[in-house]
Amino acid sequence: MTDSAMATEQVVARGSRSNGTLYRGDPGMWSWVAHRITGVLTFFFLFAHVLDTALVRVSPNAYDQVIETYKSPIVNLLEVGLVGAVLYHALNGIRVMLVDFWAKGPKYQKPMLWTLLVVWVLVMVPGAYFMMVRTVSEMFGGS
Amino acid sequence: MTLALDKPRSPRRPAARRSNFELASWLFMRISGIALIVLVLGHLFIMNILDGGVHRINFAFVAGRWSSPFWQLWDLSMLWLAEIHGGNGLRTVINDYARKDTTRFWLKVMLYVSMVLILALGTYVIFTFDATIPAD
Ligand code: HEM
Repeated sequence: MTDSAMATEQVVARGSRSNGTLYRGDPGMWSWVAHRITGVLTFFFLFAHVLDTALVRVSPNAYDQVIETYKSPIVNLLEVGLVGAVLYHALNGIRVMLVDFWAKGPKYQKPMLWTLLVVWVLVMVPGAYFMMVRTVSEMFGGS
Repeated sequence: MTLALDKPRSPRRPAARRSNFELASWLFMRISGIALIVLVLGHLFIMNILDGGVHRINFAFVAGRWSSPFWQLWDLSMLWLAEIHGGNGLRTVINDYARKDTTRFWLKVMLYVSMVLILALGTYVIFTFDATIPAD
């Protein structure tokens, strides 16, 4: 079952909404929009990432040079964004699977959405810290 | 609330389902998703966060990792599962948004060509990696 089917389930429990739409604008819809955007974004990154890694077959220096760009402040920040996108996609993917295969999944789809957002924040705060400490301290004159 | 279903128990429906491809694709997204949780999140954690993260990565680091069959197999499985999972997801996205049959056709041709290219190149690199090639 997709997110759209989840929203329908939920309406059964809650009664139809006064604006007459069952799914549009519901958090369930936005969780699906975000799942789609993060999935497509990750797929495009994978394309670039296999190409840059393939430089190990060209020469050590060619590879070390591209990897240097990953260590620059801007790409480092983009990388934090990518990790955040993949983490959301993975957590929401688990939620989608629980809705599909767990008998109580559809009933708990909304609390599961809030839970995954909390988990996302709890992981991303230390994650972003460890990914960026070195970049930030180098930018402000540290070693 | 009762769902309006068209005689769900009518004896036999005409052969509506000629292929189970979409069912297989749906299942594959979920099975590969489970494997990718470990493969991809593990990869991101090791490469970006564990001791020094991206700052310790260079050719020598890759050479050290790929001297072990374990990481070769890890990366090979991740490559194939992520590329097919993501490619299959993008196929759905193209089906959803392309309005003309010709647009849909050519977008899919581009998608499949890029998938074959990435799978072939990535597999080639993992299998033929050589730690002793000249520095430049
Ligand atoms: C990390 C673990 C991952 C999990 C648990 C996961 C889970 C899922 C699931 C369950 C779906 C199906 C959603 C549905 O049918 O409604 C899906 C769709 C998708 N995934 Fe993943 N995925 C993961 C990683 C990835 C990666 C690495 C990529 C990119 C290479 C990716 C790209 C996509 C795309 C493009 C879709 C289609 C989205 C759509 O149709 O709206 N996923 N994912």
